[in-house]
Amino acid sequence: MSIRGKAYIAGAWEHPTRKAPDKSLAQLHAEMAKGALDDAGLSFDDVDGYLCAGDAPGMGSIGMAEYMGLNLRYIDNTETGGSSYVVHVGHAAAAIAAGKCDVALITLAGKPRSAGIARNRNPARGGGGETPEASFEGIYGPSTANMYGMAAMRHMHEFGTTSEQLAWIKVAASHHAQHNEHALLPNVVTVEEVLESPIISDPLHRLDCCVITDGGGGLVVVRPEIAKQLERPPVKILGHGEAPKHLNGGRVDLTYSGAVYSGPIAFEEAGVKPSDMDYASIYDSFTITVLETLEDLGFCEKGQGGRFVADGNLISGQGSLPFNTDGGGLCNNHPANRGGMTKVIEAVRQLRGQAHPAVQVPNCRLALAHGTGGSLGTRMGSSTLIMEAEA
Amino acid sequence: MSETPKVPTPRVNPETKPFWDATQEGKFLIKHCNACSEHYWYPRTMCPLCHSTDTTWRQSSGRGKIYSYSVMRRAPVPYAMAFVTLEEGITVMTNIVDCDLDSIAIDQPVRVIFRQSEDGAAVPYFTPA
Repeated sequence: MSIRGKAYIAGAWEHPTRKAPDKSLAQLHAEMAKGALDDAGLSFDDVDGYLCAGDAPGMGSIGMAEYMGLNLRYIDNTETGGSSYVVHVGHAAAAIAAGKCDVALITLAGKPRSAGIARNRNPARGGGGETPEASFEGIYGPSTANMYGMAAMRHMHEFGTTSEQLAWIKVAASHHAQHNEHALLPNVVTVEEVLESPIISDPLHRLDCCVITDGGGGLVVVRPEIAKQLERPPVKILGHGEAPKHLNGGRVDLTYSGAVYSGPIAFEEAGVKPSDMDYASIYDSFTITVLETLEDLGFCEKGQGGRFVADGNLISGQGSLPFNTDGGGLCNNHPANRGGMTKVIEAVRQLRGQAHPAVQVPNCRLALAHGTGGSLGTRMGSSTLIMEAEA
Repeated sequence: MSETPKVPTPRVNPETKPFWDATQEGKFLIKHCNACSEHYWYPRTMCPLCHSTDTTWRQSSGRGKIYSYSVMRRAPVPYAMAFVTLEEGITVMTNIVDCDLDSIAIDQPVRVIFRQSEDGAAVPYFTPA
């Protein structure tokens, strides 16, 4: 069984806030739900499936079903970090294809900016609780930045990738963010400005890192019959893949991500190939995340990512692969430190022809959204989603 | 020279107690699978490569080379995160200590040392060989 053409994305909404200290977490989730349902032209009473991840309070879908007054026959709390919401779209489509629900709602919300996480410069040692690796990793002070830093260092060592090449990824995102009135960092930056920003953890500069923002978003996935009754341009789900990548018993290779597993599954189900994509939302927690993912998804050969992204090749209207035209996590929004939701939302905008005119890909028919949750330096959950604009 | 960070106390559970008992004697143990004859890391009862529970502890030489590293420059006290590939072929997470942080390089030979935590645990780190 395949999900190809069995479900559609009918609603997609990104909250405009980037800092929300005066709202509760559950309140924000409900705002995401309302925004996505309004976008679809549906109501809370239409929802019979609900998916959320570890950012939701308490027991996730259970508590949020109570808060929002949802009557559900399908629930899913799958937690794969920032890729969760890309996974959720695949799971919602599978549930719809199997007749388990008709209208599936997905929400993400969080407030790390209000919590001051951006100012925390001293990772806790000994963290990890009861995880089996805690005493062999957490005691050494792994942080998000230094783990992705190690991946970048190894990629540079093996393939000659440079900081200048990585900087081009930020430059491209900033070119897109200048057109997004909600972007946290709306200014265009140059390669030199990226390289002159302070090193956070070798070799990653401050401008190689994504923003830290409050906010979130919502998605609504529906049966084809429902999608065709709604006013929004229908976005068909063609294929989905998900997989973990981990340290494999100590056989460590930091030069690739879980996209090497999730990508081929999604492309096969969709019946398309990387070169068919008109647009790609690529998870961009750091510049190195984008570079490895592009290689792993087959947009270029392994080790050629640096050359692929250089000289503006990811800039819409200029390069061969327009990416993250909302400004991405690098410049626009990385709500709750989880970028998968906004990756799907911008892909939907592109397929609807409703991205900002300055970055809209002409006749955008096929788009990909990819999420990377967890850490490029240890273990991650990867998910790839391929969508089509129905003529 | 790098400053010495405070040595944290590892969480010890029944599955990993032999490892932490051995570090008290200056030994770095790794797990070996009798079924598939492979070493693996981090230590656990079941071999993640062939799923056998016929596994034993072996003493590592404690020598290896740096697979990758990253100096955390923005920490109040900068420190070097690293993965070290041991002579036995498995790669472990660690800090590189007792050296100039700017002298660290991929493929650099390193050896294990142990430091005492406040609670008396012996925690392994690596330093240039």
